[in-house]
Amino acid sequence: MSTDIGSTVLRAVGVRKSFGRHEVLRGVDLTVDEGEVVCLIGASGSGKSTLLACLDLLVQVDDGEVWLESRDVGPREITDPRADVDAVRREIGIVFQAYNLFPHLSVRRNLTLGPVRAGGVKRREAKERAIRLLERVGLADKASAYPDSLSGGQQQRVALARALAMQPRVLLLDEITSALDPMLVGEVLDVVRGLRSDGIAVVMATHEMSFAREASDVVAFLADGEIVEIGPPEQLFDAPQDPRTAAFLARFRD
Amino acid sequence: MAQQTVSDRERERARYRRRRALLRGAVAAFSTLVVLALIVLVVVSAPGWDRVQRTFFDWQDAKDSAGPIAEAFWLNIRLFVVAELLILVIALVVAVVRVSTNPALAPIRLLATIYTDVFRGTPTLLVVLLVGFGVPALDLTGLPTSLFWLGVVALSLSYGAYVAEVIRAGIVSIHPTQWNSGRALGLSYTATLRHVVLPQALRRVTPPLLNDFVSLQKDTALLSTIGLVEALRQANIISNRDFVFTPLVVAAVLFIAATIVLARLADWLTIRSLRREGGVIV
Repeated sequence: MSTDIGSTVLRAVGVRKSFGRHEVLRGVDLTVDEGEVVCLIGASGSGKSTLLACLDLLVQVDDGEVWLESRDVGPREITDPRADVDAVRREIGIVFQAYNLFPHLSVRRNLTLGPVRAGGVKRREAKERAIRLLERVGLADKASAYPDSLSGGQQQRVALARALAMQPRVLLLDEITSALDPMLVGEVLDVVRGLRSDGIAVVMATHEMSFAREASDVVAFLADGEIVEIGPPEQLFDAPQDPRTAAFLARFRD
Repeated sequence: MAQQTVSDRERERARYRRRRALLRGAVAAFSTLVVLALIVLVVVSAPGWDRVQRTFFDWQDAKDSAGPIAEAFWLNIRLFVVAELLILVIALVVAVVRVSTNPALAPIRLLATIYTDVFRGTPTLLVVLLVGFGVPALDLTGLPTSLFWLGVVALSLSYGAYVAEVIRAGIVSIHPTQWNSGRALGLSYTATLRHVVLPQALRRVTPPLLNDFVSLQKDTALLSTIGLVEALRQANIISNRDFVFTPLVVAAVLFIAATIVLARLADWLTIRSLRREGGVIV
């Protein structure tokens, strides 16, 4: 684990969330260090997506705190209602399972809208950044295409590039490969793998066990709204301490 | 290029499809002819047809009245073009205010709600009469006194309420995930509305919006009641003078022509955005 070297970027402390009478998160603690890849695994409904939504303030927590080590102001509690939500989200990017690209804008303008309208980046600079990112995700030739004309894998890579265009400190990935067929999963995961060299911290809810095992620094297993077990991938996959973790992983072995 | 060989079976299929297409075309042509012939026969053989033709469809009367009516129709065109622009502005502002949750806008939101309720509920003719005769009677300086502007204001108030609701429906119909994606990038509420939601909403409501505009174009005729000599009024003047109704038909043709232009514009806009966004090509 890199907890000793890197400094903490994002920290959740005792996060709770209920929808109606259903308790989705029951006190989750999570620490994400700079440049670290954290994978959240667990059955559907275990709270992975809700946790990510809470970290990006898309869902208001019922209790607990989320702290972000901000670039300019240092650590601040972003769950504080007085926090500048827009400023927080400029530092935390999120990509959804359903891509949610802007269908009325070309691929390039999908990538420049955020930096220009929220990041205060000059149009020309945003454009150059967009082209660099599209090259990186292998879609330079699609800059002027519209999202609906792209395949699912291509759309998801554009969505990744759109989030990266804001140059976030933390990137939250919410089951970004779940809607893709196996061929396309690979091309999206390759992009995520490449993020390690940027020092962007990644928190990724996923069902791709082999990816979690090989590409993450920390794996957290969630069940019933709690982190049951957390640790380096070797430990979690090869020597799970909790019987629930073992039972969950057993289903992926066959 | 390699020579494509077509199997006998496929050739036979093609022959059958051609034959079937021809047959279907023939049936369509024949039934159309029969129906048209029947209509013409029934109308022309009606005992009053000669009189109807003389008063409604007289070519000479049409030619004589076309000039002044077309000239008057230019006023209709100016009225609806100016009104349409004004309506878009009013409707956009009202719709945006009504969907916003900003507490500072609460009183304006209330006013916007009252506005749509009142003006959607009032017959357009009544609004025209109230504005056309009521506003000048106020004798306030600064208020428009020209009939043209009074007419534009009356129509804009009435249609602004309709179009505002159309636009609001469009905004509400945009999936919440689009709001989320915009906000997740760090865009403010206003920026998300302006760059993400509104462009999509306006595209979506273009057909019903233009439908309202077609209706508006016809309702410029209501302004004859406050003394504007537009196409219908001009046609009426001629028809009262000469005791013929052909001028009214001439006016009708002009109104229809104007709406057809708008309808084709709507089609073109819809197809263009579908093509560009790589969706279905209709």
